[in-house]
Amino acid sequence: MKTFADAVRFLFDNLSLLGSKTVEHLELSFAAISLSLLLAIPLGIWLGHIHRGSLLAINLANVGRALPSLAIIAFGIALLGIGFVPTMIALILVAAPIMLTNAYVAVDGVDRDAVDAARGMGMTAREVLLRVELPLALPLTFAGIRTGAVYVIATATLAAVAGGGGLGEIIFNQASYGTPGVVAGAIAVAALALAAELAFATLQRAVTPKGLRGAVRDQRADGPPPFAELEPSNPGST
Amino acid sequence: MSTPWLTLVGAAGAPVIPDFGGGGGGGPSCARRNGTFCWDWFRDNWSDVFAPALGQHVKLTLIAIAVGFPLSALLALLAHRRRRVETPITIVTGTLFTIPSLALFQLLVPITGLSVLTVEIALVSYTLLILFRNMLAGLRGVPDDVRDAARGMGLTDRQVLWRVEMPLALPAVIAGLRIATVTVISLATVGAFIVDQGLGGPIFRAIQSGVFKTELIAAGLLAIMLALVADGGLVLAQRVLTPWASSGRAR
Repeated sequence: MKTFADAVRFLFDNLSLLGSKTVEHLELSFAAISLSLLLAIPLGIWLGHIHRGSLLAINLANVGRALPSLAIIAFGIALLGIGFVPTMIALILVAAPIMLTNAYVAVDGVDRDAVDAARGMGMTAREVLLRVELPLALPLTFAGIRTGAVYVIATATLAAVAGGGGLGEIIFNQASYGTPGVVAGAIAVAALALAAELAFATLQRAVTPKGLRGAVRDQRADGPPPFAELEPSNPGST
Repeated sequence: MSTPWLTLVGAAGAPVIPDFGGGGGGGPSCARRNGTFCWDWFRDNWSDVFAPALGQHVKLTLIAIAVGFPLSALLALLAHRRRRVETPITIVTGTLFTIPSLALFQLLVPITGLSVLTVEIALVSYTLLILFRNMLAGLRGVPDDVRDAARGMGLTDRQVLWRVEMPLALPAVIAGLRIATVTVISLATVGAFIVDQGLGGPIFRAIQSGVFKTELIAAGLLAIMLALVADGGLVLAQRVLTPWASSGRAR
């Protein structure tokens, strides 16, 4: 227990250090999350819209999940070197698959009757996509974004071994910060991850259209989805 | 109190003298040049470095699942009987799940030390949310008609559970087991920062010795292959155990 008391003292004595490491941590996470979004979401939505590539889109998340994040970072270091950009690329590989799969499953799983009805009302393909499919797919797509984002913020801790900076640097640096510092770093990382999870959960509730609330209540990070890979058309999966 | 068995590049600010391939200049030349992948070095070190690490990794994973599975089953049965406990269990397991592995390991070190126990406690805690949620979803997913029919045939509650609900929940349970297993395999690599066990050991050591590429790639590839093989094995197990589940979804 004494260790924890020392750690809390360390937290308060080193607020500026923790602050700057947190900023580094968030910068790296933000860069990786933004690029993952740009890569994964449009592609997932497009594939879902044309109902093609289900094998790729579904299996991508399964394979992505099976890749140990430390192994991805190890590959990044070996092939791309140490620093911000290699680490960011490794983090993109961590987040993009789950985002793509969720976007695909969300759009692909939109009720065909709703799409037919929209067409019957005279909507063009573009209008069907923008005004029917996307709103209905939003909660599940966002669930994937949330999972991926929280996952990136957690994994960014490991980025310190690859020179990516962030709060992990304190945890890996026993020599400079001592045991209280390491435990304090761990507390900070845990708090940051939980805060990110809460923030994204709130955001997810905010972006969910009123009519769909409740239907997708159970989607949280890691996503999981009961039945994850079994029934791609079941909202609440993946 | 905690003295992890290694320090990392840049971490302590200590200059790192690269020593690729070990043994002060021994070993194959491709390892000393630190090429992308030195097959000779990998073969020379398979039995001393990688095979034991792989074995330890499998053992860490099996223990975590063997402890996490019954624990989650207990929680799921509890929540199945009494709906009220579902939310608290979800919050607690969800919180544990969200804490990054490196942080959770370090938070446990002051309590349980730099030991395998520390690593296993963290690994088990990561399986709980996944297994609990999938088991409960599987049990709840049993159609009421089926349950009524079973009761109508005179089955007791216990028989309904064991002979109807559990078999029908099996696909969901195995889906959860797949996710939990690959998650544990992934996080067990990080556990090597606490105790030198498993495939994370060579990864951390390779970084420490000045980014020795062959060792990084070999250990990383083995971890990935282990995860894919375990996942594939569970898919096969599911096909065998629940033949009815695969026929319906050939889409």
